[in-house]
Order: sequence, then structure tokens, then C-alpha cells
Amino acid sequence: MRRNYPEKPDKVYFMGTCLADMLYAEAGMAGIRLLEREGVKVIYPREQTCCGQPAFNSGFQEEALEVALHQISCFPKAYPIVVPSGSCGAMMVRHYPELFEGHPLEQKAIEFSSRIFELSEFLHHVLKISLKDQGVPVKVTWHTSCHAKRELGLGDEAKQLVKQLENVELKELEREDECCGFGGTFSVKQPMISGEMVLDKCSDVLKTGSDYLLSGDCGCLMNIQGSLEKQQSRVQSMHFASFLWERTRGS
Amino acid sequence: MCSRCILHLFFGSGPVVPETSFHGQPLSEKGFHEASGKALKDQKLRKNFKRAMNGLMQKRRVMFPDSGELETLRNLAGGIRRDAVSRLPDLLEELETNCQQNGIQVHWAQTTEEANSIVLNIARNADAKLAVKGKSMVSEEMELNHFLAENGIEALESDLGEYIIQVDHELPSHIIMPAIHKNREEISEVFQKKVAPAKKSDTAEEMTETARQVLRDKFRRAELGISGVNFAVAETGTLCLVENEGNGRFCTTMPRVHIALMGIEKVVGKLEDLPPLLTVLTRSATGQPITTYFNMISSPRQKGEKDGPEEVHLVLLDNGRSRMYEDELLRDTLLCIRCGACMNHCPVYTRIGGHAYQSVYPGPIGKILTPQLEGIDTAGYLADASSLCGACVEACPVKIPITDILLKLRHKKAQSKKEHHWTELEGVKNLFEKITWKGWKFAFSQPWFYRMQASILSRTAQFLPDQLPMLRSWSRFRMVPRFSEKPLHQLVEDAGIAEE
Amino acid sequence: MDASRSQILNALRNSRTGIPFSESQDLPKIPEPEWNLEEKVERLKNRMEAVHTEIHECTEKGFGKIFREVIKQKKITNLLYGKKTNWGNKLEAMRQRGPKTMPELIPYQQKIEDCKEILFSVDAGLTQTIGAIAETGSLILKPDGQEPRLLSLVPPIHLAVLDSKRIYSTFGEAIREEGWSRPMPTNVLLISGPSKTADIEQTLVYGIHGPKQLILFLIR
Repeated sequence: MRRNYPEKPDKVYFMGTCLADMLYAEAGMAGIRLLEREGVKVIYPREQTCCGQPAFNSGFQEEALEVALHQISCFPKAYPIVVPSGSCGAMMVRHYPELFEGHPLEQKAIEFSSRIFELSEFLHHVLKISLKDQGVPVKVTWHTSCHAKRELGLGDEAKQLVKQLENVELKELEREDECCGFGGTFSVKQPMISGEMVLDKCSDVLKTGSDYLLSGDCGCLMNIQGSLEKQQSRVQSMHFASFLWERTRGS
Repeated sequence: MCSRCILHLFFGSGPVVPETSFHGQPLSEKGFHEASGKALKDQKLRKNFKRAMNGLMQKRRVMFPDSGELETLRNLAGGIRRDAVSRLPDLLEELETNCQQNGIQVHWAQTTEEANSIVLNIARNADAKLAVKGKSMVSEEMELNHFLAENGIEALESDLGEYIIQVDHELPSHIIMPAIHKNREEISEVFQKKVAPAKKSDTAEEMTETARQVLRDKFRRAELGISGVNFAVAETGTLCLVENEGNGRFCTTMPRVHIALMGIEKVVGKLEDLPPLLTVLTRSATGQPITTYFNMISSPRQKGEKDGPEEVHLVLLDNGRSRMYEDELLRDTLLCIRCGACMNHCPVYTRIGGHAYQSVYPGPIGKILTPQLEGIDTAGYLADASSLCGACVEACPVKIPITDILLKLRHKKAQSKKEHHWTELEGVKNLFEKITWKGWKFAFSQPWFYRMQASILSRTAQFLPDQLPMLRSWSRFRMVPRFSEKPLHQLVEDAGIAEE
Repeated sequence: MDASRSQILNALRNSRTGIPFSESQDLPKIPEPEWNLEEKVERLKNRMEAVHTEIHECTEKGFGKIFREVIKQKKITNLLYGKKTNWGNKLEAMRQRGPKTMPELIPYQQKIEDCKEILFSVDAGLTQTIGAIAETGSLILKPDGQEPRLLSLVPPIHLAVLDSKRIYSTFGEAIREEGWSRPMPTNVLLISGPSKTADIEQTLVYGIHGPKQLILFLIR
């Protein structure tokens, strides 16, 4: 466990993240539904955009700060903020405090950071959800997002949730926590190295014989899914939120 | 002989080589891309590295079975290094005082040129024609062997890995196992063709025996021995060296004069700091509880002793380290004990090997050290060659925040105004990047603009040709991502999710 | 060069921020094992034998017999040793009593410059030890005028004698108990096995520059 978790709240904010917003909207919606089902009221501020990580990781910290400022202003009340992404979560938890060091709004940024929860840790440690599998038997494998594990300090919360589904066989991925090669702008700046890394990841995925590749990070998903599809693999890539929701929503 | 030597032979003083270069090769982003691209295609290299790195990672896992204990050890070792670095000037003075009291002569060098000069001076006074060398990364920074050769002194590497690549005119590809990129057949060929054609050199045992015989003769004859320093203890004026082969002991004991080369960051306060540092070093580097030899040298030959060097010199090299000291975060680069665990765990290093970095230090430590030693404008691109996965941070026994340092270096690079090192193309790329992020900032801090471009993209992105410059490198390996039919912010609106 | 010295130190001093790390935080403590003699012996043996050290346990009285067997087995015809040392004297006495079963004893009496030939051609060298470390499986040597540094490095077989009562549990304990401080001995060595390398395709090979064999007589 990476921190002390609060009791179940009445209301939470949901931060979609820019990648989920534009590329994995149904995953964001699934996350919201999973939270609502537990009796939590979900608030989605319409003005939200992005945590600022792309610019920050590229060295453009001033630009990242401006976008972060806007982001902080969208979530003013003291509700927990749930994020369906380990890397965005890590950006806001680990890097906002140092990004805002010396800034007049430093305290506000720190307070904001303390309210950030990644979706799987919130579902598992705060809401302690229990899931009933309604789907047919399938095999899935899990890719661990580097930032989720090493920057945010997440463990196997999402895997624990998936393991609750009795018709789902979770196959271990060899080199599960080796980077998939996305790294944001790394995939553009070092395309050949990034390409080789995603090829190796896909080869490991294919070796498991799984039907689904699950992950908690849209960046990783975009990367691995894109490569699997290029190889015309029938393995489907999904955000774990979409997968959990689909398997348990009933008719 | 390396290319610079050959040029020197034919053209006298030789062409002007750019100030910052690694063994004659100027550091450049283009060079890195070419070298890494080449390495990625080299199946033999990739196989050699994959096998080697997997082996080293496994050995380290075996050495640290208890994660709680490992964490405590890392905190202790990291704490000892942090403390030493925080007291650096005081410890260096204490080290100097105690070394001198023991009879070790201490020299200070701000630059590698100065350090080379100091070594040459000592060598000339000792009338040395042949020097035998133990492994020293600092000597690679100095390009010492090349410099000595230019001045008529043969400097022979005696560590087996270093010896093999020296004979084959290559540079080390890993800081602990310099010949790791070569497999047995390749090494056998080196022995057959260049070391001892008359001897059979198929098995590792045969080659090892040959090396032993050849180098023994050199150890006997050399007038000068050169080594690095793993840890220098300020409290007692002691230089500590780890090794498995015994060549280090030969170099520091047999010749009449011994020169120890050290980066200024390698000093520790007390003898009792050694056990935790030694154990994390050997376990992280080669997966051993301890190396065959741990050598603690405190003085030259004393009265009544029959062997040991009559002169021992310690050369303290700065070469940009005091500049690193200026920033509290960047200063953590100096914690490094040169174990190599970071590169063993790096998914980038394992795929491109050490040579692609074109600098003394490869891998994650190289990506933070080289831009700081050589300057952000010259080598800042190395800080981009990382996906920030953090495997190195996890493996580092002294907890250097490598990814945080990379982020800081990227920030410095983005802010840098020094264009004179860039080619025209690089200048254009840099401007393009600046404009892109300013545009991004506008788009992502204005919700109306953000939502508008999201809507547009969701309808039009599928029509973008995947051979567009930005997309081409992506789509070589992957399909271009599909935008959701309706973005999430539209879906929540449709579903009536509360907005505040 | 003095200019470099002051420039480097000044640069460091000018940039220094904050207080020394150890004054702001307590360093964690690693609990040190405290083993009894039997545990230390077992540990030492396990560690050293795992890296190809040959270990013979014996009493002081039983040393002679085992020593002779080793000599015979390894075909050691001559042996370099330190004169006027405790075990050197013992060897000399053994040779006097039974020269046929003892190797030729060659005392290391000259400066290295004058005896390289012998050093590089002798079959084996014998040294004493001042102790050992169980945790890492290491012998502690303190070379001196009687037993020079190269004695345990050059001959292809290194014979070492260790009093089991001098085995420490950890390196930390050894440092504390031995009381090394200024002046440190010229040279202190931890030796944990015969020399080795894995530089050729990570294949472990024993016997490169240092001794090919390390044979330990552990005196109980």
C-alpha cells in the first residue's frame, strides 16, 4: 500500500486524462460507472484538460506548470480525485510538489496532489469492491505501467480486481514490468529503440496465448495495442476499467 | 592503434579534433541515432547483451532475496554516500592530510589534460617505458592510454576484459564487464589472430591461461602501475580496490611506482563506512557476496618491507564534478559507486549495448553523467534516450534519483540558449520543439480550444496519412491510434454526470 | 597544481548548501549476526568452498600430517614462506625432522627487485592470516616485512593458515576489533578464494592472474 487510504466518501471527482478523453473514452466512462455502482457520486468538471506530463517530461516545465495550474483550478473542492492512469497519477502526486516549489500556489498544489488516487487503488483499497463475473471464460494478461509501479508505488491492485472474476484466467506476462517502450515523447524521439521494445512486449503477450491484454495506462495501451494490431493479432487490448465493467455489468 | 594515433602518425600533429569527443568521435545526436540504429539491427550483439543482462539481473536477485533487508541496505549505503558527498571538501582535505602522512603523494587536477600531464610527469621521472593498468573509468575519461602512447609509454590493460578490447582496438561497452558485447567465438578470434597465434584458444580456460602467461611477463617488467580507486577512506588515508582477477594487486604492488586515479566524489569518511558499501557494490555489480580480493592500500613500501611500490601517487580528478555539486539534485549524480546495476536493468541499454552511447559511461548513469561532464549543449540529447521507466532507480544500490535528474537535464536543455554547437538542422528542430510546446500549452490551458481540437481530431484523425513526418516513426511499428467516436467529456455530458 | 587544489575546494565550498546529511537524518542500522564459533566456521567454509577454496581442518598437532598429504597431492616441490614467523618456524622444524616429505623451503628474504626469478618460478607460497570473516568467507592478511604482499599473489598455489578463534562474524566486527586506525597498516587484504574471471561470455574460470589454488589450513 502506498499510503493511508481514507474511508469511502460520498462524492469524488473523476479526472479523465487527455488520452482517455480522446482515445479511450469508453474506458473513462467505465471507470465512472464502476465508482457510481458503489454508491459514490461522481463529478466530472467539464473544463479539465491534461495533467501536463507530456510537456514536463520533455523539459518544458514552465508550459507544464501553466496547464497544471488550470487543472488544479478545475477540482477546487476537497473531494478525492480519481484518475484512470498510473502515469498521470504519478505526475500529479510525485511531480506537482517539485514543479510548484517556490510558487505562490505551492500549498494548493500539494493539497491537490494529496487528493489524487489512481482508479485501481481507489476501487481496491477505499471502496473495497467485490465483483461478480458475468462473462464467458477468457484468458487475459496484464502489463504493468512503469510509472504506476515505480513512481506512484502501486502494487497489484488491478490484478487483484481481475482475479476476483471467476471465469477469467490471468496469465503472467514474462518481463511483466519491463517498459513497453512508450515513454511519451520517447516513442517519437527514439522511434527505433521504442519500436524494438514494443515488439518484444507484444511477443511476450502473444506467448501467453491470452485473448486480452489489460493495462491501467492509456499510453501503454495505445502503444501495445497499436503494435498488436499492426501484426494483425487477434489479442484485444483493453483498459482494465472497460474490462471489469463489461464483465460485471449484467444485462 | 586508434584512429587518432594513426592520424598523428601520418599527419604529424593531426587534424583538429572537436573539443568534446570520445576517442576521436565527436559527440552528436545524429551519431547516437546512427550508432543505436546499427546496434538494434545487429542480432549477434543483441543476443550477447540480452543473455548477459538477464544473467546479471538474475544474479543480483539471488544476492538480495529479502526485499525489506535490501531496502534498509540501500538506505544505509545511500545515506553513507550522501553524507560523504555533503561533506566533500572537508573529506578531501582530510584524505589528503592522512594520505600524505602515510607517504602517499596527492595531486589535484581540474581537467583531464592536467591529470594526463601529472601522470606523464610521474612516469617520466620514473623513467617508465611500460605501465600496467587495472580497470579505471577515470582513466577512460582521460583517454590516458592514448595520451601515454603518444608520449612513448606503453599502457597495457591487465583486466582480462579490458585487455581483450584493448588488443582488438575497441572501447569498453560496460563499466564492469568491458568485453560483454563479445561472445566466446569472437574473443577466441582475437586471441588467435592478435595475442598468441601459436596457442590453441577455443575454450575460456585456454584463453584465460594464455592471458595469464602473457600478462605475467608484463607485470614483471613494468616500471609503472596505474589503478583506479573504488573507495578512499579519509579517516585513515586508505585507497580501497575490489577485484576478482588479481591484476589490480599486481599493478599496485609489483612496479616501483603506483599511480591511483580517482574522481573526487569517491571519498568516504570512515573505515566503518566500507562494509555496507562493499557489500552493495559486489552484490549489485557481479552478484557476489564479495570479490576475490579487497585491497586496502595505505602507504608505499615501508622500511623493512620487501615489496610494494616505493612511490604511491593519488591523482584527484574534478573534470566537471565540482560543477555538478552546485545543484542539490544534480549533486546526487556523485553518489554513484560505479556498480553497473543501472545499465544491467535498463531496457534501452540492453537493446543498444554500450558503444552506441559513444561516451565513457554508458547506460543510465552515462545519460546523467555525460551531459554534465561534457555540457548540456554537447551531450544533452543523451538525456532524451530514456523512457523514464525507472528500472534503474529501482536497481541503484545508493538510490540515485536517475529519472528525476534526467527530467532536470531535459529542462536545462529546453532552456538552453547556446546554439553554437548545433547544426542548422538541429537548430530548426529545437525551434520547432519550442513552438510545439507553446502551442500545446495554449491548447491545453484553454478548455474551449482543447474541446474543439478534440472534436475535430475525433472526426478527422483516421484520414491522416500515416506517412506524415510525425506519424511515420510511430506507424512503422504500430497502427495509428483511433480516436473515440465521442470524447469522454461528450459522453459524460450525454450521460448527465454532474459537473461540479 | 596548488591552484587546482584551491580552485576545486573553493568551488565545492561555495556551492555547499544545507548541513551534512548525517546531521539531518539518522542512518539505519543493519542488525549484525552474532555467530558462535561453530556457526562461524561453518559459514566460512561454505562461502569459501563455494568459490573453490580447498579447506583442511586440523589441530596444531595434526597439521604436520595433513600438510604433508597436501604437498604430496599437489606435487609441491618448493615453498616460499616468511622466515622468523610462527608458522615459518614450524615448517623449518618439520623439514628438519623429515626432509623427504617436505618441500624445499625458500625463505622470502630479499627485496622483490632481487628475487623475481624465485617468486615467479616457485610452486607455492605460504602465509599466515590475522583473522577471517565468516559472513563473506574471507581471510584477512596483513602483509609485512616477513610475509610480503606478493607472497600471496604470485605463486600459483597459495597455502594459508588460519586460527579458527580469529574468525569474525562480519567485516564491520573485524574493523572494530582489529582497531585499525592511523597509522593503518601499509596493506590489508581480504582474500576470498583463488583468482577468477568471467569476462569471457560470463563463463567462470578459476586461476587467472592471482593464485590458481587457495588452500586453507583451518587450525581448531
